[in-house]
Amino acid sequence: MEHYLSLATKAIFVENMALAYFLGMCSFLAVSKKTETAVGLGFAVIFVLGITTPLNQLLVSGLLEPGALTWLSEDFADIDLSFLSFLALIGTIAAAVQIVEMILDRYSPELYNALGVFLPLIAVNCAILGASLFMQERDYTLGEATVFGLGSGIGWALAVVALAAIREKIRYSNVPGPLRGLGITFITVGLMSVGFMAFAGIQL
Amino acid sequence: MADVNPREALIDPLFNNNPISLQVLGICSALAVTTKMSTALVMCLAVTAVTTLSNTSISLLRNRIPPSIRIIVQLTIIASLVIITDQILKAFVFEISKQLSVFVGLIITNCIVMGRAEAFAMQNPPKLAAIDGFANGLGYSIVLMAVAFFRELLGSGKLFGFTILHPVNEGGWYVTNGLMLLAPAAFFLIGCFIWAVRSWKPEQIEEEFHVGALLEFSNEGNLR
Repeated sequence: MEHYLSLATKAIFVENMALAYFLGMCSFLAVSKKTETAVGLGFAVIFVLGITTPLNQLLVSGLLEPGALTWLSEDFADIDLSFLSFLALIGTIAAAVQIVEMILDRYSPELYNALGVFLPLIAVNCAILGASLFMQERDYTLGEATVFGLGSGIGWALAVVALAAIREKIRYSNVPGPLRGLGITFITVGLMSVGFMAFAGIQL
Repeated sequence: MADVNPREALIDPLFNNNPISLQVLGICSALAVTTKMSTALVMCLAVTAVTTLSNTSISLLRNRIPPSIRIIVQLTIIASLVIITDQILKAFVFEISKQLSVFVGLIITNCIVMGRAEAFAMQNPPKLAAIDGFANGLGYSIVLMAVAFFRELLGSGKLFGFTILHPVNEGGWYVTNGLMLLAPAAFFLIGCFIWAVRSWKPEQIEEEFHVGALLEFSNEGNLR
């Protein structure tokens, strides 16, 4: 249990997807103009990461790893399909996003309307694919993958909401012309990233 | 879009419509691989190759891809190209491909590749699309190499692994700036790069954060 807790803390604060690995930057910068939309996208990302990371873990350990196919037949013991992993992972993500979208549309129209525009965007959010690739690289088990996926999602959501709140305030400041908009946003994100580095010493 | 001439398609993405500083695309990988110039160079080559090839092949297929499933078709094409790139990198520059780790895979979701495929290759003939992909790859590379230049030079006193400024811990005089090797430095440098480009080309300045613009915006809101 403690192990999972420390993994989650690490994923949320220390190895924050957005501020330490720069993943999901495109939507991070594009959607952080208003706090409300940032919250919406944040929840959508938590949701999709929590589903796709464990799903991809199953896929990798059951199909793609060297020797993973032994459950089918002993003859497949030396087959290594890991070169297909990019295609398989992105396929799972695109399919999962599509299915999540349809399920939400059918059973929870309110949530669907709230997340609506952001769901399709998420398929190409690097944070989602990034989490799956890290999971594969670090050989997480199914439980670890779930915790890691959810933790990364929460960390990303936290960062995007915080940035949106700061950007709403920056509107009232007199920023030098050429730095307005994107420039000052980058510098703000840099400062936030310095702040998050303070978590780096935490040992659980 | 149909009457873009090849020269514009090549020159525009370099500074006037740079994928990183103006279109805000492909930033994820731009920041993570720039602590050393050699990794940045390999990443630039990989991204330029993938954008050029994916733009070409998507443009060749553009009349046959049904609009409703175009995203998944584009993703499949791009993912296949990235797998090829990854295998080539692993075969020939294994050390660097280890350092790039997941970021080669992340070229798939690099918004430059997707963005150009969606915005340009779907509407233009293959030759133009190839030029556009190549030029956007170059525009991305310019920013990446500039950022990597400063980070490696100031952070460890080296360029491409050769010592330029002799660092203190090896008996020299240069006190290395450790911050440059950490994540935040990349943000500051890209912020400054954008600042420089926009001071040079003032028409790219965004007005949204200006107080005057805010007033105009609220008036506009009242009218609605």
